[in-house]
Amino acid sequence: MARSVKKGPYMDQKLAKKIEDLNRLRDKKVVRTWARRSMIVPDFVGHTIAIHNGNKFIPIYITENMVGHKLGEFAMTRMFRGHARSDRSSKRR
Amino acid sequence: MARIAGIDLPNEKRIEAALTYIFGIGFSSSRRILATAGVDPTTRVKNLTEEEAARLRNEIESNYRVEGALHTEIGMNIKRLMDIGCYRGIRHRRGLPTRGQRTHTNARTRKGPRRSSGTVKKKPQAGKR
Repeated sequence: MARSVKKGPYMDQKLAKKIEDLNRLRDKKVVRTWARRSMIVPDFVGHTIAIHNGNKFIPIYITENMVGHKLGEFAMTRMFRGHARSDRSSKRR
Repeated sequence: MARIAGIDLPNEKRIEAALTYIFGIGFSSSRRILATAGVDPTTRVKNLTEEEAARLRNEIESNYRVEGALHTEIGMNIKRLMDIGCYRGIRHRRGLPTRGQRTHTNARTRKGPRRSSGTVKKKPQAGKR
């Protein structure tokens, strides 16, 4: 179910504050965050945010198009390297 | 034969059903269009007057996105998801379901026909010994 409009978008307060500080200083620094559930708001555009994927921080450059998505959508948490090749020789017996 | 929104020519059906032949118009929007255009939903397409057809055409063209325009909009939305590299976009790129369905089994609509890789399962009887 979608989030109630009344509440407004969810934003991680600490992250929002950090971004706000950067905006005030006209600074661009990579901000590390664990707040994958936080919505991307227009203030974030142009910053690079390093989003934790459970293992390490994935730096993501935020563009206009990403507004409205959640940070976690951009840092994949799963690693899939393909299936093991089936062994041809074990087929015959 | 009425020709509305480009290529569509429905036939002997009632217009309420015939309008749903247009991509982007289902039954409820069809009913809504007929109400605003003031056309009886039960009239057959062949019995439509030119003037009624024109009103429908006008209503659809001005207020609805159908056929090609709708297709391009959908395509653009998907392309946007793929370009920003979000989870849903990646699922689209891979041709896998995007809404969290299981892929261990099923998901055949997205994945297409089964591709067996290498080992084909033996029948139970032949498998012994």
